[in-house]
Amino acid sequence: MSIIVFSESRNGKLKKNSLEAVAYAQSIAVATSKPIVAVSVGNVDDQELALLAKYGATKIISVTNQNWLAHDSREYTKLLAEITEKENADTILFSHSNMGKAIAPRLSVRLKAGLISGVVAIPDSFAPITAKRKAYNGAAFQLVSVKSDKAILTLNPNSCEIKENPVNVNIEVYAPKSAYNAETKIESVDVVTGKVILTEANIVVSGGRGLKSGDNWAHIEELANVLNAGLACSRPVSDEGWRSHEEHVGQTGKIIAPDLYIAIGISGAIQHIGGVSGSKVIVAVDKDKDAPIFKYADYGIVGDAFDVMPRLIESFKKFKNL
Amino acid sequence: MKILVCIGNVPDTTTKIRFDNEMKNLDTNGVQWVINPWDELALTRALEIKEQSGGKIEKVSVINVGKADAEPTIRKALAIGADDAFRIDAEPENAYFIAAQIAEVAKQENFDIILAGKEASDFNEAATGSMIAEFMDINSVSAVTSFDFVDGNVSLKREIDGGKETISVKTPFVAIVQKGICINPRIAAMRGIMMARSKPIKVSNPVQTQVLVEYKAFDLPQPKAACKIIDPVETDKLVDLLHGEAKVI
Ligand SMILES: Cc1cc2nc3c(=O)[nH]c(=O)nc-3n(C[C@H](O)[C@H](O)[C@H](O)COP(=O)(O)OP(=O)(O)OC[C@H]3O[C@@H](n4cnc5c(N)ncnc54)[C@H](O)[C@@H]3O)c2cc1C
Ligand SMILES: Nc1ncnc2c1ncn2[C@@H]1O[C@H](COP(=O)(O)O)[C@@H](O)[C@H]1O
Repeated sequence: MSIIVFSESRNGKLKKNSLEAVAYAQSIAVATSKPIVAVSVGNVDDQELALLAKYGATKIISVTNQNWLAHDSREYTKLLAEITEKENADTILFSHSNMGKAIAPRLSVRLKAGLISGVVAIPDSFAPITAKRKAYNGAAFQLVSVKSDKAILTLNPNSCEIKENPVNVNIEVYAPKSAYNAETKIESVDVVTGKVILTEANIVVSGGRGLKSGDNWAHIEELANVLNAGLACSRPVSDEGWRSHEEHVGQTGKIIAPDLYIAIGISGAIQHIGGVSGSKVIVAVDKDKDAPIFKYADYGIVGDAFDVMPRLIESFKKFKNL
Repeated sequence: MKILVCIGNVPDTTTKIRFDNEMKNLDTNGVQWVINPWDELALTRALEIKEQSGGKIEKVSVINVGKADAEPTIRKALAIGADDAFRIDAEPENAYFIAAQIAEVAKQENFDIILAGKEASDFNEAATGSMIAEFMDINSVSAVTSFDFVDGNVSLKREIDGGKETISVKTPFVAIVQKGICINPRIAAMRGIMMARSKPIKVSNPVQTQVLVEYKAFDLPQPKAACKIIDPVETDKLVDLLHGEAKVI
């Protein structure tokens, strides 16, 4: 039996969440003595793929065929089912990303494999796999056990400690047996370049209604720039059209889990917290000392955002020698 | 063409989450039940598209897997404008079970477009929509942020890392939708509420499914340590703490 990890990449580079997923697989591999097989679909060169071996993948199946580069959920499900059989796998890991969420549930139905989605920690036990997942928008955790022979997990960011465990790796360029027969067609792609991708950012700077208007975002943007951070906002900010919907975080927006979340002029409504409570550290700046955000924050500054932001930018610049 | 919108019946987003003594079940005392927020957006967009389609879209139905106590939520969907409703009379155990039930009805009733939300705000599985598609062996498009229907053709936009893709897709398909397909959900007007009373809710029994997962227990997050308050003029100190103590920069 083996463990499969679906590795995502962009522009030839592996995503951080994919390395995390292999590190997670290692926790299962150590307990069950199963080898880790990483699957990559895309044009990722061997040197980059070899990074997966640093975290314990002993085999990499690399699908580089052009046809497969367009993501179609149904076709990718077939591909992964094929590889699961070929590698005699009983555990399949995905990131809880857009792609993971699109494929893992379909694969669960196809393979009749129990799905635990949004896992937040390494398994409590391994036979059967029992792991903790997020429920009620982060207000609770739920312990779930898989009853079927095969198990599929999608992993939240920060679900395990990333430990290196370099091994020798064998890269197999694989030509899928099943043909690519997608009935979805990508008509056009609209990519925003140069922006830090919010759901993958280590640091996120976020502004709320306390900033009064969309014209007041220069400081937020500068702060994000200094920290190489992603930009986010509360729902009223995007509803008002001050910022685009892509930046809206919270229960009805994006759910993020950066190392550091800096909330400025955000009161900390429960629906907002639902999208950011997975952050390792929360910093809040708000002029109201009783704002609920301070109940969730690790560090807080009570003060006027327009006074605090320039100072904060200077302090971070000093720290970064900028 | 016919559109089916999946609606979850979930605790209102302001609900204080508490469990029974065994930490097995949600304490539902005083809980307000609502249409899952994304499903409300999906329903709103489905109705907009129907109205613009010049009759090409004949009807918008809603479906819920739930016991009779979910009916007020279903009635609300009818009051917002859905033409009719299906309820599969069963405890919504998990995404796999729910999807199996919905797929069964969708197949029998020949729906062309099935809309599901990106996740239900109770269990957050983010799985039901994709599972329905696999049960039916049809297409699914996830992370859909825009949905248009022009001259009988569907055009979807889906979110990808740092951008968007415009996708065309053959029917039947499932779209798993999120913020962007519309901004504000439609609210039921008095007339809608009156009309909803006479709209049909077709109740059926669940089909058998395999049990693939078992819920053990819930657990609440550890209370957070008190927030460290830093003087507004001491931003250097905050930076030191983030570096030295929290180790996040
Ligand atoms: C079903 C549902 C889903 C929702 N989903 C989401 C969601 O996904 N995400 C989300 O964010 N919200 C969501 N909401 C809305 C949520 O309830 C709050 O209304 C929203 O989060 C408030 O946004 P805010 O904190 O920016 O604004 P406010 O609550 O108005 O807070 C502004 C804060 O700024 C402070 N402030 C004002 N001036 C200054 C200044 N000069 N300097 C410093 N501080 C200042 C104020 O003291 C206040 O604390 C949802 C609501 C519902 C009902
Ligand atoms: N009990 C239910 N009845 C009907 N649809 C549901 C139910 N639960 C979830 N859904 C649909 O599936 C989506 C995703 O839910 P989930 O996979 O449970 O996170 C929701 O947004 C709904 O559209």
